[in-house]
Amino acid sequence: MIVNSKRTQWLAPVAVMLGFAAIEVISAHAEIPLGERRSGYADLAPDTKAMQDDDTANPGMLWVQDGEALWNAKSGAANRACADCHNDARTTMTGVAARYPAFNSKLGRPIDLEQRINLCRVERQQASAFAYESKELLSLSAFIGKQSRGEPIAPPTDERLRPFLEAGLEQFNRRQGQLNLSCGQCHDDNWGKRLAGSLIPQAHPNGYPLYRLEWQAVGSLQRRLRNCIVGMRAEPYDYGAPEYVSLEIYLMWRARGLPIETPAVRP
Amino acid sequence: MNVRRCALLVLLCAATGTVASGQGSLRPYVIVDDAIPASLTGTRGDPGRGRAIVVARQNTCLLCHSGPFPEERFQGNLSPSLKGTGARWNEGQLRLRLVDASRLNAHTIMPSYYRVEGLNRVAPAWRGKPILSAEQIEDVVAYLATLRDE
Ligand code: HEC
Ligand code: HEC
Repeated sequence: MIVNSKRTQWLAPVAVMLGFAAIEVISAHAEIPLGERRSGYADLAPDTKAMQDDDTANPGMLWVQDGEALWNAKSGAANRACADCHNDARTTMTGVAARYPAFNSKLGRPIDLEQRINLCRVERQQASAFAYESKELLSLSAFIGKQSRGEPIAPPTDERLRPFLEAGLEQFNRRQGQLNLSCGQCHDDNWGKRLAGSLIPQAHPNGYPLYRLEWQAVGSLQRRLRNCIVGMRAEPYDYGAPEYVSLEIYLMWRARGLPIETPAVRP
Repeated sequence: MNVRRCALLVLLCAATGTVASGQGSLRPYVIVDDAIPASLTGTRGDPGRGRAIVVARQNTCLLCHSGPFPEERFQGNLSPSLKGTGARWNEGQLRLRLVDASRLNAHTIMPSYYRVEGLNRVAPAWRGKPILSAEQIEDVVAYLATLRDE
């Protein structure tokens, strides 16, 4: 059957040529051909699409507005706003969300956009870090993400990211949990089919943070990943764990070229 | 598993050339060809209870399968319909497919419903427990065997 033949196929190492030929990944099975990769948006019901398309109807825009206020608000012992260092986000933050996670030389490891925001909080504003899934962190990352809307995902061609990319790929294909499933079994092999009532998307990270109707709120990619991990009856990692960052690096690489949709809307 | 049962299983295996299994707290069972011929509990399951187990969300069957469940709005399509499974497979074959489908197809996405070993990062609430109990497996086997209409 299709599922099995796809998964048992071992591909020779594939040198990927798409603007960042430096990164070459050995895949354990057939990935979705680049030409067939599509945003979760493609599978939305028409009314959900309409909600995402119209900024006055997209609930995620409320978070974006809060994020803009935070961007301009002086904060911390340094009494500085994000805008004091970065000026107008509409020009300085364009494309940033499309190239994160990025390698941080000082820490010697990759960080995601939320960790970057918190580094600025702590080091530049001398303020306390925002908690994961706090209104503030979601708002600022939604506001920054929105500045990349429509920009194609363009992971950095940084060799130092490679081991983390490979770790993310390995995690994606590792079976886990009491149900003994891997991410790839649903999102590479069975996307487009129905898991009970839910259409299985290809699992692209291009809309985050996004408004999920089920959450009645904006949530991060890590929250989404935790939902899937809990669904597999596996143990979720703590927020901010390096495993989420490497998984995100792989998901961004896998979604290369897809446009950022932040703040997207999903069921 | 007590020593005498263990020895008995080994003998059975030697005699039939098949694999004996039993993990941790699970009851041992014997695989013959593509089936587990004997009931895990030693008794027949109840088809009525079996149907209720199959349609209950927490037991996950309808995530992937559809079947003759007109009252259930959300049924998956990742796998064959359960309609007619009783005509395609006998009880022993159904039992092995539920207990550990991965023995028949290592790449299957169908979870092993009566297995606790060889799993990664199982959440604490589920660790060391099979997805279904031996009694539940027998109820589901009894129910699936009644699905004879294709
Ligand atoms: C058993 C099937 C299944 C498995 C296994 C699974 N997912 Fe999902 N995933 C889904 C479904 C279904 C959705 C759609 C959300 C919904 O409607 O519940 C989804 C949504 C997602 C999304 C959001 C896509 C979007 O457009 O917003 C991402 C990202 C994702 N999954 C990543 C993962 C990762 C990473 C793993 C492994 C750690 C994983 N999934 C494991 C079924 C699965
Ligand atoms: C995550 C997906 C998934 C879940 C959950 C699942 N199955 Fe399956 N099942 C499959 C697939 C795929 C097959 C096809 C054979 C294979 O791949 O091994 C299958 C095959 C079967 C078969 C043999 C069908 C045939 O006609 O060949 C039976 C019977 C069955 N499943 C019953 C169940 C029951 C009962 C449950 C719940 C207790 C269940 N399955 C849960 C995916 C699933």
